[in-house]
Amino acid sequence: MTWHAVIGIEVHVQLRTVTKMFCPCAIPAEGDLPNSKTCPTCLGLPGALPVPNKAAIEKVLAVGAAIGAAAPATTIWDRKNYFYPDLPKGYQISQLDFPLAEHGTIEVTTSAGTSRVRIRRAHLEEDTARLRHEKGSDGKRSSLIDYNRSGVALLEIVTEPDIRDAETARRYAEELRLLLRTIGAADAEMENGQMRVEANVSIRASEDAPFGTRTEVKNMNSFRSVEKAIAFEIARQAAILEAGESITQETRGWDESSGTTYTMRAKENSHDYRYFPEPDLPPLTIEPTWLAGIVSSIPEIPSARRARYVEQLALSDYDAAVLVGEPRAAALFEAARAADIAIDAKTLANWVTGEYLRAANEGAAEPDPVQFAALIGAVFRKEINGTTGKELFAELLGGSFDVRAAIAERGLGQVSDDGALQKLAAEVLAANPQALADWKAGKQQAIGFLVGQAMKASKGRGDAAKLGVVFKALLDA
Amino acid sequence: MSGESLRRATATELRAAFQSGAATSRAVTDELLNAIEREDGVLGAWLHLRHAEARAEADRADARYAAARASGAAALNALPRLLGIPVALKDLVNLTGTPTTAGSRILEGYVSPYDATIAARLKEAGAVILGKTNMDEFAMGSSTEFSAYKKTVNPWGIDRVPGGSSGGSSAAVAAYHAPLSIGTDTGGSIRQPASLTGIVGIKPTYGRVSRYGIVAFASSLDQVGPFARSAQDAALMLHAIAGADQHDATSSRSPLDATLLNLPSGDAAASAIRGKRFALPKEYFVPGMEPGVERAVRDAVAALEAAGGIVEEVSLPTTEHALATYYIVAPAEASANLARYDGIRYGDSKHGGGDLLNGYLETRGRGFGPEVRRRIMLGTYALSAGYYDAYYVKAQKVRTLIARDFDRVWESGFDAIVAPTSPQVAWKFGAKMSDPVSMYLADACTLPVNMAGLPGISIPCGLSEDLPVGLQLIGKPWSEAELLSISAGYEALTATAAWRAVEPHDLAKLGGGAV
Repeated sequence: MTWHAVIGIEVHVQLRTVTKMFCPCAIPAEGDLPNSKTCPTCLGLPGALPVPNKAAIEKVLAVGAAIGAAAPATTIWDRKNYFYPDLPKGYQISQLDFPLAEHGTIEVTTSAGTSRVRIRRAHLEEDTARLRHEKGSDGKRSSLIDYNRSGVALLEIVTEPDIRDAETARRYAEELRLLLRTIGAADAEMENGQMRVEANVSIRASEDAPFGTRTEVKNMNSFRSVEKAIAFEIARQAAILEAGESITQETRGWDESSGTTYTMRAKENSHDYRYFPEPDLPPLTIEPTWLAGIVSSIPEIPSARRARYVEQLALSDYDAAVLVGEPRAAALFEAARAADIAIDAKTLANWVTGEYLRAANEGAAEPDPVQFAALIGAVFRKEINGTTGKELFAELLGGSFDVRAAIAERGLGQVSDDGALQKLAAEVLAANPQALADWKAGKQQAIGFLVGQAMKASKGRGDAAKLGVVFKALLDA
Repeated sequence: MSGESLRRATATELRAAFQSGAATSRAVTDELLNAIEREDGVLGAWLHLRHAEARAEADRADARYAAARASGAAALNALPRLLGIPVALKDLVNLTGTPTTAGSRILEGYVSPYDATIAARLKEAGAVILGKTNMDEFAMGSSTEFSAYKKTVNPWGIDRVPGGSSGGSSAAVAAYHAPLSIGTDTGGSIRQPASLTGIVGIKPTYGRVSRYGIVAFASSLDQVGPFARSAQDAALMLHAIAGADQHDATSSRSPLDATLLNLPSGDAAASAIRGKRFALPKEYFVPGMEPGVERAVRDAVAALEAAGGIVEEVSLPTTEHALATYYIVAPAEASANLARYDGIRYGDSKHGGGDLLNGYLETRGRGFGPEVRRRIMLGTYALSAGYYDAYYVKAQKVRTLIARDFDRVWESGFDAIVAPTSPQVAWKFGAKMSDPVSMYLADACTLPVNMAGLPGISIPCGLSEDLPVGLQLIGKPWSEAELLSISAGYEALTATAAWRAVEPHDLAKLGGGAV
């Protein structure tokens, strides 16, 4: 039978701030010695107190504004109490009743079309320490704790149960990351744990049936695994229900190597976090002028940019998606347009999504946008042809390079003058009498051969399209 | 100055003596450390002494005084206010390199890796830090009997408690082991021991003094404040520690009143009482109050009236609910604040068996004493699902009503509230140990002030059964200077009162013994 899945996504993402959420410690970087980025506050030493990081709050307010969410006039912090070695205070400072953002939406495009995922809430909290379990040289198992991560600002974003399939779940996560990167809130690398995606998955027999028992799926370390894990979980639940059994509410982990989910722990429905307002922090009032300043500094968000590219620049949905999906590609596209507004957007988009991204993915240096614009302009205006353009683009990646000067100095300008082309064509035809005979015998490819010879003779500078027309006229004469 | 006079000098007198060269900080420091050596076996006020460091700090202070004396009066007056003055810290103030136990086994062996803001400010002000003093475990208690380490006796009667939870700090100042000390007050833990040991203790307005580096009991109620033997000395120390702190988001930017360093004295202080309006809350004269305490307090009120003060009875009707409310809010916050003592990172640990839960249970079950365990359970219960609204939320609402009661007094134009600090004088050891509620009731007159975040001071106002009685003055937010000025006025009014001539016991004659 056909089952209908219901999926809600909860994402934790480390914010890109200079210091941690409640102390002046720097954000840890790859290669830091364990416990080298710590202080009394993020170690939970007796007497230490938290002081909120304003930049982190501003980033969350910016995320909220970007997804059309509402910010509270005043918010408070709450303590979420539980014991675990990675939580040095025995409680996490979080937000319960007054999240910094509530009721937003994120637009997600899949192979089936575009849909909107409602965001229930986004709030700020602090990350935990990192636990490492290992076996010492004496063979004894031990757990080591690195508090470098303790206290890093963490944004939690929770959707409504609006998602109906694994692909949409993946696209949602990708779109969220793109949004966070675009507004500079987070780097959100899934592979190193900066962004952690958890999915609540249940299935039901029809769209209007009540929600089924859900499982929570964790340990998905890439977007691909988000899609695969949810698809697996939907199929697993369907098999259980079809066998006449029932789903156990639990937390399941995704095992990438076997491509299955496994029981991590039974859902502790009774877990009582004993939330209460954090007495070490006064309530936070979000002044309208403060918020307005944050809102006004938000860059164009991906969904708006895609719509603009399609509607105003007449790019295809595909080109718009590729461009916006790669922030550096979109940046080059925008910068080149800013340098020369007359460049054809479609030509520019083709070059950015084609030549540029290919080179960028191979690790090439970023081209200077002004020179890049000059190059695309020359191609579009047919001052040079595509082959020359690609050669110049390669040189442009090498660093300081003046496209206009190179075209002028090297005589690279495309020959498109009718008289010159006529003369060139006549010379090529005279040198290749067999081609005329072929043409008369009905061999259409003779024109291609002649154009090729003409391009060779002109060292690639001839206007190939125009040459074809000229040759046809000569052959038919 | 030398010997006994050095030991008994106030901080204000010592500063003058250091400036003139009549005494040295080193001489005072030696005198006090020697007295402590001789007497703390009886008193039990100290948990940790900094013999070498304190003497070195005193020598450095003396060098600065000597240099300044050579440069003239301006240089002398520019020296920090507490330069060379010996002080004591309650053992919940983090001071780099010293043990900080908060009176608990669970922090046995813990050495602070950082300075509390007030410790840093005392260093900046030049204070000589003699050591750390005994206290009820995590400041939970009213007699210091809940210290995991030792018994502190009241210098006025060695079979009696010094009050608590800052009993070590109050006993040390009362016994002339230090002219100044630091206490903390969550429900009365500065004012009540000050009252029971016959000294001055002020709990500032919530937010006046940074809590950064003070081992937390109940974050929304805790305040740090000084013990001293005069209002002027208390003002001197308060000035040194108070003020906004970037490490404490609840500390206030409200400016300090400059009169703190310029309190009136003598006749000027006494005459400043004239025209002041005092509210006398009838609910603070609670049933069970000792007649001698009530008599001393009413005498003090009469003295204020005789000096031109205007006294009117008022009602603070929510007073009777303060105790119940306090014992929801404070334990709730404490249950979270004390969660960090899990044996994972520092202090006493019973982990290692492999089972995490068992490690927690063993560490906390053995590391915490009975009163702390009781309050963690109370607080955990009050915050639990299904009980939160009925207890914690309700208590916060009552707390708002308590604060409104006080607001109405200020709106009626009163300058201060006068009341007893403690309904009893110092009681005998063990008298309340088997009945937690009777211990809690000892703070009935002080904890409403914490619930409202107001400043309160206890000053000696007489004796009952040869034991000290404290007068409590409660003020508007940020009115510490006003409370201290009135206190200085009362001291001037009663300077020659017969009870002022009565002294605590000479501990050296009571057997003494080395620490």
